[in-house]
Amino acid sequence: MNELLHVSSSPHVRSKVRTDQIMLMVVIALLPASCFGIYNFGLRALMLICVSVATCVLMELVYEAAMKKPVTISDFSAVVTGLLLALNLPASAPWWIPVIGGIFAVLVVKQLFGGLGQNFMNPALAARCFLLISFTGRMTDFTVPASAFGTITDTLSGATPLAAVKAGEDIFNITSLLIGNVKGTIGETSAIAILIGALFLVCIKVIDLRIPLTYIGSFLVFIILFGGHGLDANFILGHLFGGGLMLGAWFMATDYVTTPITKSGQLVYGVILGVLTGLFRIFGGSAEGVSYAIIFSNLLVPLIERVTIPVAFGISKGGKA
Amino acid sequence: MGILTFKGGIHPYDGKELSKDKLIEALNPTGNLVYPLSQHIGAPAKPIVEAGEHVLIGQKIAEAGGFVSAPIYASVSGTVQSIESTLTTVGSVVEAIFLENDGKYETVEFQPAQLDNLAKEEIIKRISEGGVVGMGGAGFPSHVKLSPKEPEKIEYILVNGAECEPYLTSDYRRMLEEPEKVIGGLKVILKLFDNAKGYICIEDNKPDCIAKISQFIVNEPRIELKKLKTKYPQGAERMLIDAVTKRKINSSMLPADVGCVVDNIDTVVAIYKSVVLGMPLMHRIVTVTGNAIANPKNYYVPVGMNYQELVDAAGGFKAQPKKIISGGPMMGFSMFDLNVPVTKITSSVLCLAEDDIADNPTTTCINCGRCVTDCPENLLPSRLAKFADNHDMDSFIRYHGMECCECGCCSFVCPAKRPLSQSIKSLRKTALANRKKN
Repeated sequence: MNELLHVSSSPHVRSKVRTDQIMLMVVIALLPASCFGIYNFGLRALMLICVSVATCVLMELVYEAAMKKPVTISDFSAVVTGLLLALNLPASAPWWIPVIGGIFAVLVVKQLFGGLGQNFMNPALAARCFLLISFTGRMTDFTVPASAFGTITDTLSGATPLAAVKAGEDIFNITSLLIGNVKGTIGETSAIAILIGALFLVCIKVIDLRIPLTYIGSFLVFIILFGGHGLDANFILGHLFGGGLMLGAWFMATDYVTTPITKSGQLVYGVILGVLTGLFRIFGGSAEGVSYAIIFSNLLVPLIERVTIPVAFGISKGGKA
Repeated sequence: MGILTFKGGIHPYDGKELSKDKLIEALNPTGNLVYPLSQHIGAPAKPIVEAGEHVLIGQKIAEAGGFVSAPIYASVSGTVQSIESTLTTVGSVVEAIFLENDGKYETVEFQPAQLDNLAKEEIIKRISEGGVVGMGGAGFPSHVKLSPKEPEKIEYILVNGAECEPYLTSDYRRMLEEPEKVIGGLKVILKLFDNAKGYICIEDNKPDCIAKISQFIVNEPRIELKKLKTKYPQGAERMLIDAVTKRKINSSMLPADVGCVVDNIDTVVAIYKSVVLGMPLMHRIVTVTGNAIANPKNYYVPVGMNYQELVDAAGGFKAQPKKIISGGPMMGFSMFDLNVPVTKITSSVLCLAEDDIADNPTTTCINCGRCVTDCPENLLPSRLAKFADNHDMDSFIRYHGMECCECGCCSFVCPAKRPLSQSIKSLRKTALANRKKN
């Protein structure tokens, strides 16, 4: 033998799945929602998506290069953050909104806490909330750009279907709600496009159903009990598909880094999300509550994990052996 | 008949097609043989021969060094050269008997026995004298395993034919080619436990074995076949017991605590040979395989034979090997030198032309939870590995780190290619060593 053999501790084989592939799959899963957003809101939406993704990737590159850390932009995590951020912006937002948001997401929320895997909040959502608080007017202006390709079914108040529900208006038809030719942020309007992406992620086992289903389920229970409209279909469907719930539940509440790793913890997390979203939407000031519910619940993750450590195989509950 | 399984586990590429259709070939060594005195768990065997002494096949050359120990027998005839240290597959250096092969293959006369005429104590004695140890990898002396405190409470004898480790085909060939010996061995064990049923447990990726064994047990009222789902680590003792009996044991329990005895295929055959044929454990089946090997094969080889000879017999390398593993890819030991002897627990020589570990750099944990989903012990491997890296023993114990069975599923599935299992193993070793000290 003319070459030395490698020696390492077992196991000596690895599965083919890699982090960058998982991230790429998430990007692919977001494409239907992104494409529909561009169709719905026009090239301006495309511009915002590009600016957001570019800002996030550049920010990561600059920071890591400046700090002399290994550059990790090829793992696609910054792309995911940029894309999610853009999908959470209204199409009327000026170009500097995603720039500020992208810098905040990658620099403050992600890199300053140690980079991928160390952020305690979902970077895209933290940035969205930061923007919502800082530039409330710009972030809640759902005027449809003139360049839109589709025809938007309008509501009376001119806001999103969810805001219309909140204002007590009797709304729209369910078809446009599902297809998504309504107002909202770029990526949240089309339930069908989001669900296609989500189904893809579930099928390739990138996400599982625990968090989304407990989230949506407990939210439903909450609004039926406390929404004040009982089983009114208009009200319930408006809440389900008229705001950010679908995008949030399938793509942001399932973010690996900021969710509990324990299986039972994921159920607890889903329920907390559902209750908080219901609370914020029904009793809060603004129509939307998904983003705040998710970043607030992100903070609870270490606590949830602490109380949901699984009992090991063969150990009886409550004690040793 | 349902297909039995457990929660968690993985589906690695199994590589068995390389060698599964190759009939078992007997291989005679040309070089000298080396018998490490420690081929089992427990006290090392004590040599009872001296340099210059002539020995025959089947002659005892080292006796058991205690109750938990096993004697060692010459597997060729020849002259004892020396007793000195040798390198082993796991990289340690142990005392061993070096034997010069005279090429004559003269044997002692074996003492067969009628199973019906043997008392239980005699059976145990013949197993113990035969030097039989668990040949699946642990090397636990079989006579100890078969002497539980309350033998009447044993309900199930599980013959482990899962062979869930990728690449290994020795048990598969054994079941196909010598099913009568497998069943014969199981009958010996059943004779020891009056209240037990015998289950031969086979993964459903071996339908020919299932068909073969089924044929042979038609008239055996105490023996049944259990079909297992193909999944790693189905053959791990705790997972096997769970799948077949739905009983769960933890790290501080023995299978006997839930009325089970588990033995792998080759061990059962060794029990048959030592009890019924009077032949001690001198040979085993070794799969020589991997994509760097020219002609992957299953060999019937004498214990003590050199690994290099096995590789040469299989046509040598067709590609530059990057990694050579003794055993399977999930739990085997990677080696840096082929000049080591086959022992009672050598199941395979696996030569791979690529090394997944070197080819996949480690990146940061993204908390994806795949390790948690697949951990058959229901642990949080990513957390345990972090505790292990920080030497945080308290948290490690609190998160049930000691329950890890070291199957390696977590390291396998990790998309960040983190050495989770390796970190956990190292802290477990430290904890076990501390326990011994106190």
